[in-house]
Amino acid sequence: MTEPLIYARALEKKFGDFAAVKGIDLEVAPGEAFGFLGPNGAGKSSTMRMIGCVSEPTGGELRILGMDPVRDGSRIRARLGVCPQHDNLDPDLTVFENLTTYARYFGIPRSEGRRRATELIEFVQLAEKADGKVEQLSGGMKRRLTIARAMVNEPDLVLLDEPTTGLDPQARHLLWERLFRLKQAGTTLVLTTHYMDEAEQLCDRLVVMDRGKVVAEGSPRYLIDTHSTKEVVELRFGTESPASFVEKLAGIGDRLDPLPDRLLLYTADGEGAVSEVHRRGFTPSSVLVRRSTLEDVFLILTGRTLVN
Amino acid sequence: MVTTYAVTHGRQMPAISRVASILSRNVAALRSGPSYWLVLLSGFFEPMLYLLSIGVGVGALIGNISVGDKTLSYAAFVAPAMLAVSAMSGALAETTYNFFAKFKFVRSYDSILATPLKPMDIAAGELVWAMLRGSLYTVCFLIIMVALDLTTPLWALVTLPATMLVGLAFGSIGMAISTMIRGWQDFDLVHVGQFSMFLFSGTFSPVQDYPFAVEILIALTPLYHAVEVLRALSTGAPSLGILVSIAYLALTTLAGLMVASRRMSKALLA
Repeated sequence: MTEPLIYARALEKKFGDFAAVKGIDLEVAPGEAFGFLGPNGAGKSSTMRMIGCVSEPTGGELRILGMDPVRDGSRIRARLGVCPQHDNLDPDLTVFENLTTYARYFGIPRSEGRRRATELIEFVQLAEKADGKVEQLSGGMKRRLTIARAMVNEPDLVLLDEPTTGLDPQARHLLWERLFRLKQAGTTLVLTTHYMDEAEQLCDRLVVMDRGKVVAEGSPRYLIDTHSTKEVVELRFGTESPASFVEKLAGIGDRLDPLPDRLLLYTADGEGAVSEVHRRGFTPSSVLVRRSTLEDVFLILTGRTLVN
Repeated sequence: MVTTYAVTHGRQMPAISRVASILSRNVAALRSGPSYWLVLLSGFFEPMLYLLSIGVGVGALIGNISVGDKTLSYAAFVAPAMLAVSAMSGALAETTYNFFAKFKFVRSYDSILATPLKPMDIAAGELVWAMLRGSLYTVCFLIIMVALDLTTPLWALVTLPATMLVGLAFGSIGMAISTMIRGWQDFDLVHVGQFSMFLFSGTFSPVQDYPFAVEILIALTPLYHAVEVLRALSTGAPSLGILVSIAYLALTTLAGLMVASRRMSKALLA
């Protein structure tokens, strides 16, 4: 078996009295697209910073690319590509120079840096912006440039912290498509997200994190199959409180979850459940039958929604 | 993508190329627009104007002054002090405003620390850059001093490396301070400190004229030592005494670098 690129046992990060990461186990294999799914404050970014060797673990064991991040931080970082949550592109430089300058930090010779920058700018579809300043780029373009920057050292492992947060739908899809291309080319991707659709689109395997702990692990399909039902019915009852219907609808489906604005009904057969609701004499103001998502998994596991 | 480099397979980059990578970023930024050049230019004029107005202008009223057993024109007395000030302000401008902006607002250093570089590499690179900016001023200043017959070409050449040391010392002090600064308003305090040193460090009158306690106080500040060294060299009268000042400036450089890189680690690698 090949050595995992990331290996963590009982990994822990404390800031003073506050434990951001409370003992997690991880293994990420080469070529995998691995995700951390969880709400803000779940400990995803702290974990990513430890993996990126810019934050020392305060407990447990962590090995990246077979090395110790505290002792060999520099050597590990030489083989990582990092796309941080907040853009920190260099505003004093052009789009092209952002890449060539970054290449120098890895000791890549000037001419080779220029060759790679040209190639990567093409890849992230910013060729006509190459000589422009960073501030002229849209949010989506900046994020694509940051991803290009993360690729400039031809990394073995790419870390993406909330890669599409704050982007409009079109920009997100373009970014996903680029990331998917990287994944197909065999690049190992590790990303954090609080969007279930992102995790479903990009991740072969993921862990669900909540309050510093891993609460579930597996492929998106596996997590949905194991923790949720095939379908979910979303029922709305106008101004009436969804919670007041829990008792009245008891027995329909496998589980009922009242949210402030709607009632979720977990069932293998959505249409059947809806007819049963009607048969009992209730007429919801709106009915939506959909497939189960990771959002549902998260709700079932933690009792809370991902995006609040 | 076929080519791979030693660095991607575990061998460390040599220190010189780590520092050079920070310099090359600043060179690229230099090409980016005229705004930086304007800032660069303005930094040079202040000490030059003081030299002309006070050194030459007021100097005409004062005539010659004697320091120790030497007599020299007032302009020749003031010129090396203004030389030290230009090295100081050039280096400080880089490591205060520019460094602070990259450190706290643009967050350039966060992105650099995701690469093999470490805080000390960044600190050393930025310091060399700051010193180079100071040296740009001092080279011009020394040429003018030679032209005004305030020093000789030979002593100007000897003085130049000393101005580089002055740049390093002030650059590293500025950088250490920048890592402690809370916001832009704190720079007013830095400016007050800078201006007090500018007035009292033996710049416009010999420190021996002050009360003894004040003289001691002044002797603890860096600009005094910078002026001592540059005046001794530019007037062609080096003494063993300046070795103390040289040691002071060298130690200050190292201490500032260490404080800056340690505080950067604490702030950015938590």
